[in-house]
Amino acid sequence: MSLLEVDGVTVRFGGVTALERVSFAVEPGEIFAIVGPNGAGKSTLFNVISRIHEPEEGDLRFAGENLLRLAPSEVAGLGIARTFQNIELFEHSSVLQNLLVGRHRHRRASIPAQVFFAPAVRREEVAHRAAVEQVIDFLDLQPYRDRTIAGLPYGLRKVVEVGRALAIEPRMLLLDEPASGLSAEESGDLQFRIKDIRDRMGATVLMVEHDMRLVSAVSDRVLALADGRVIAIGTPAAVQSHPKVIEAYLGTEAAVP
Amino acid sequence: MRTALKTSYVQDIRLFPDVRRALRYAVLLALAAALPLLLDDFLLGEATNVLIWAIAGMGLMLLTGHAGQASLGHAAFLAVGCYANAILMERAGLPFAASFLAAGVITGLVGVLVAVPALRLHGIYLAIATLALSILTEDIIVLAEPWTGGVIGLVAPDITIAGAEVDRYGSPGLFYWLCLAVALIVTLGYRNVLRTPLGRAFVAIRDSEISAQAMGINVAMTKALAFGLSCMVTGWAGALMGHFFYTFNHEVFTVIISIQLLVMIVIGGLGSIQGAYWGALVVGVIPQAINIARDGAQAAFGGSVLIPGIETGIFMTLLIVFILFEPRGIHGRIEKWRIYVELFPLCRRDMFRRQKSFLKTERMR
Ligand SMILES: Nc1ncnc2c1ncn2[C@@H]1O[C@H](COP(=O)(O)OP(=O)(O)OP(=O)(O)O)[C@@H](O)[C@H]1O
Ligand SMILES: [Mg+2]
Repeated sequence: MSLLEVDGVTVRFGGVTALERVSFAVEPGEIFAIVGPNGAGKSTLFNVISRIHEPEEGDLRFAGENLLRLAPSEVAGLGIARTFQNIELFEHSSVLQNLLVGRHRHRRASIPAQVFFAPAVRREEVAHRAAVEQVIDFLDLQPYRDRTIAGLPYGLRKVVEVGRALAIEPRMLLLDEPASGLSAEESGDLQFRIKDIRDRMGATVLMVEHDMRLVSAVSDRVLALADGRVIAIGTPAAVQSHPKVIEAYLGTEAAVP
Repeated sequence: MRTALKTSYVQDIRLFPDVRRALRYAVLLALAAALPLLLDDFLLGEATNVLIWAIAGMGLMLLTGHAGQASLGHAAFLAVGCYANAILMERAGLPFAASFLAAGVITGLVGVLVAVPALRLHGIYLAIATLALSILTEDIIVLAEPWTGGVIGLVAPDITIAGAEVDRYGSPGLFYWLCLAVALIVTLGYRNVLRTPLGRAFVAIRDSEISAQAMGINVAMTKALAFGLSCMVTGWAGALMGHFFYTFNHEVFTVIISIQLLVMIVIGGLGSIQGAYWGALVVGVIPQAINIARDGAQAAFGGSVLIPGIETGIFMTLLIVFILFEPRGIHGRIEKWRIYVELFPLCRRDMFRRQKSFLKTERMR
């Protein structure tokens, strides 16, 4: 069974059709990339999966469960984690605190127990910390643990955001343009990390990315979107050489050599 | 320069990060507990006043400083706590301990009720809605005369705890200790909340609702909880305020009090428990400082020096100065000095710059 099934999803904003009858399925353990020119509807697709946008029609299933029946805050509970195109971190908190928020769905203690800081809460906090430390080790964030986000450079913030999503212990990780704004070196690190996330943490990765080098290096399959429509799906090489994809990126057919 | 060596996760979780800080707070607490032996009745009353404001400040700090929801209506919740406590003691004959606890719970529930329609409002709109609530309160108190005594008001019933009469005038020391105990318990609970998932959820909805949601935080419920806890604490402060004022009517819990409370926590330092205490200290000290200055001026120039509205004027000037030059309030300024001393001689001027420029554009969304 596919992990994520998107079936005929249409999203409209007033007159703009951001997604039109988009269908595809992501298999467990895949690294699945979504490419497409600006405004193609890639982020909108992510926002539909996180239940921020309500689709006009279509179905959305995760591990057989109907996603459209869930509230936005219940999506993380299924094990779907995400990052945002324009980094959405908790600016005034430390890196550590940000990652700890990712543990929210693993909390067990009741509100009164938290107010009185019962022994069970203390044990839980230590366990959360241990889990977060693994993420910190994985992403080499040790020197920045106690740094406030507001003072961190852009590239590090992107890493922290991935870390926060990993703290959820996701079954599926959505990355919205993880390499945009990164230096070549940072981008190279990212490439290995994405593979490690799948291989060592067992998460399926769904990634929106413009950097074709990164996409070809890591992804098993690629989906190309243009104007809200699926125009190609397949291996990175096949999608890159697909005439419709070339047309979407270069504009007119005449431009194709 | 001092560096912290950490060898266990518990070090980051426990109440005080290191022995030095634990000792510092222990000394502070001992000093606070000894105040009735050191001060005369008048100054002790002022200290009690500061404590009550600090409790109310912590109530609002939780909501505004940590959960990011501005409220200009907290005088309304002070009123609810104050009247609920007095009515429960007077009419239902409850002992103080019971009526006091109940007053907090009732105010908390009222807070949740108010929060439900207000959940969709952000920043300035939420502030306006809560401001309206504060304005309404005065009328509601007048209208609910059979319960509240209307414009005549109520007299705070006598408190007896374990056989001892606790009275603001009769036994100011005992009343001060009562307020200190409440402040201490609220502070501990507040600290606990901040080091648990609940506190992190509050900060998360303050800084980014959208990613809080993506982390599995139910934003509406978290806001309602923030209102509930905040109003519970504010209700307790209101109950104590009733006993402190001795008599109270519709003119006590005005919009001005709401504004003063909000201004107070901004001056003290948004987003820190200490900020509530610093703010309360400023509220307590300003009138005394004015009195001393006035006496000095009268002695020097003769005649009487009376400037109407000077208290509010100074308070608001302070607000503007802090917003412009130190958005993190008194607590933020002190933290910077502390970091400077701890890192000495490695501190550079630019260390705080980025933080400051960021905070200048701080949205009160
Ligand atoms: N909240 C919204 N309200 C109205 N229109 C929107 C909204 N979000 C997206 N759109 C429109 O939907 C279309 C798809 O936007 P989307 O953000 O999904 O593009 P994208 O593929 O992520 O592009 P980019 O590569 O620039 O991030 C665009 O035309 C955009 O203007
Ligand atoms: Mg996008």
